[in-house]
Amino acid sequence: MPSTSPGSPRTPGSAPAVEVTGLVKRYGSRSPKTAVDGLDLTVARGGVTALLGPNGAGKTTTVEICEGYRRPDAGTVRVLGLDPVADAARLRPRIGVMLQSGGVYSGARAEEMLRHTASLHADPVDVPLLIERLGLGSCGRTTYRRLSGGQQQRLALAMAVVGRPELVFLDEPTAGLDPQARHATWDLVRELRTDGVSVVLTTHFMDEAEQLADDVAIIDGGRVIAQGTPDELCRGGAENTLRFTGRPGLDLASLRKALPEDSTTTEPSPGSYRVTGTVDPQMLATVASWCAQNGVLPDAIAVERHTLEDVFLDLTGKELRG
Amino acid sequence: MTATGTFTPRPGAAPLGRMIRAQAALETRMLLRNGEQLLLTVVIPTLLLVLFSAVDIIDTGAGRAVDFLAPGVLALAVMSTAFTGQAIATGFERRYGVLKRLAASPLPRWGLMTAKTCAVLVTEVFQVALLTVVALALGWSPQGNPLAVAALLVLGTAAFSGLGLLMAGTLRAEATLAAANLVFLLLLVGGGVIVPLTKFPDAAQTVLGLLPISALSDGLRAVLQHGAALPWGDLGTLAVWAVLGLGAAARFFRWE
Ligand SMILES: Nc1ncnc2c1ncn2[C@@H]1O[C@H](COP(=O)(O)OP(=O)(O)OP(=O)(O)O)[C@@H](O)[C@H]1O
Ligand SMILES: [Mg+2]
Repeated sequence: MPSTSPGSPRTPGSAPAVEVTGLVKRYGSRSPKTAVDGLDLTVARGGVTALLGPNGAGKTTTVEICEGYRRPDAGTVRVLGLDPVADAARLRPRIGVMLQSGGVYSGARAEEMLRHTASLHADPVDVPLLIERLGLGSCGRTTYRRLSGGQQQRLALAMAVVGRPELVFLDEPTAGLDPQARHATWDLVRELRTDGVSVVLTTHFMDEAEQLADDVAIIDGGRVIAQGTPDELCRGGAENTLRFTGRPGLDLASLRKALPEDSTTTEPSPGSYRVTGTVDPQMLATVASWCAQNGVLPDAIAVERHTLEDVFLDLTGKELRG
Repeated sequence: MTATGTFTPRPGAAPLGRMIRAQAALETRMLLRNGEQLLLTVVIPTLLLVLFSAVDIIDTGAGRAVDFLAPGVLALAVMSTAFTGQAIATGFERRYGVLKRLAASPLPRWGLMTAKTCAVLVTEVFQVALLTVVALALGWSPQGNPLAVAALLVLGTAAFSGLGLLMAGTLRAEATLAAANLVFLLLLVGGGVIVPLTKFPDAAQTVLGLLPISALSDGLRAVLQHGAALPWGDLGTLAVWAVLGLGAAARFFRWE
């Protein structure tokens, strides 16, 4: 189950932030290309959900359908309980949108554009505060086309949150940011979550998803192929590994017998041993006692937990996407 | 939870009037800040007015040249803002996702279009004021009813806006840029702005006379130069263009 942030305000009985079932989207009419292919996704309120997926997986398409930009070819989409197309007028004031790129008049100044966006909302966030938080102070009078790529990203992020939305969609909010700006963005997302804003973001950075997300959905080929907390995803699916070093040429058969069925034991290089399977305290104890029985002092014993990146590559393969 | 953080949700649209006013102000600033646009909307009409009034290059018929030229240049000013300028600006806004991002804001689409129209009208007020002053300085003596002039300018704006938005909403931004400038140039020459339509062969005159720029310059001239009441023929032509242009724009405009 996706976790929700403790203490975030939730309207009792309110609909999930996003509920997508069987979403299909094809582009082009002559030889249609399926961008989203039966995607199911539920986003609980009040947490951060990260959509991960290779280039062209269908993340932006999915997000933009939720924002009401495109109509699904099949399936249903509800955002805050509303139909993003039919109920657009009611939905739009409640959501914040950061597009994957663009969205600002090339001749508009950063601060001017942010103030303007604020003026379209009833009760916006204090603009100078937001400018300071995102480090846009030094470029407030710079026109958009003269901002650096990272500054443009930060302005777009500020525009997405300035209206105090209940739900924000951030399409690759940290693409092209320097480490400082990335951390500022992460802090902002964490604060949104603390303040009870639901956040849906897409990213190619596994550490970002691990750091920020309560819930991760991995999308490939237009479908959600795995969903869960970062922890759940790292535990499940791919196996974990335990390594130790000792005397070369130990007989591993007895160790293999002592371990659960699904484990494997190998000596990839002389004196360096590798055990795969469910790495838990029980396994560690089994390995340690086997070593004791064999008079081996295991050196450099190390548990290798899979990172989200391992899981991601395991699930989506290593091929480049077109 | 009672504590309120910086971002505690309090969503809501601003009042409609405030949104449209803010948007119109922004659109106007964008128009007036753009150097290339100003060249097109202010510098070129003013230069043409001064140059052709002062130097007898084109035979503008009986009477003072400025009395013939001023109405034509006013028509050109409307075309430059409502058609050329608006088409190019909107084309690039579409290209750079500005329209897309605004579509996700609380401002409804018709509100955006209203704001754009306001920005065009404000710019036109500046243009008309400037050109009137320059023309008066050159000895212009306008005739006719200002309300008839206003009616022509408004209908002309509607016609050119429709065509400009149609172009911006269907072509690529670069194509719009090229086409809008080309059309501007062609209509400047062949629309009775500075060259009287009577200089063209008869057959061409009939066709050229149906262009919105010809209807506007001819209508303005009928009122301002000859003191006509309401040039119904020209108003009718402009109305047809306005209905066709705005209708087609509403039907075919793509926001992305
Ligand atoms: N407007 C469009 N017209 C035609 N095809 C499109 C369009 N937008 C996206 N596609 C195609 O749909 C597929 C999904 O694209 P989408 O932008 O949703 O991917 P993504 O997951 O956001 O990728 P990225 O990580 O590169 O941003 C891609 O194959 C893309 O080429
Ligand atoms: Mg994308």
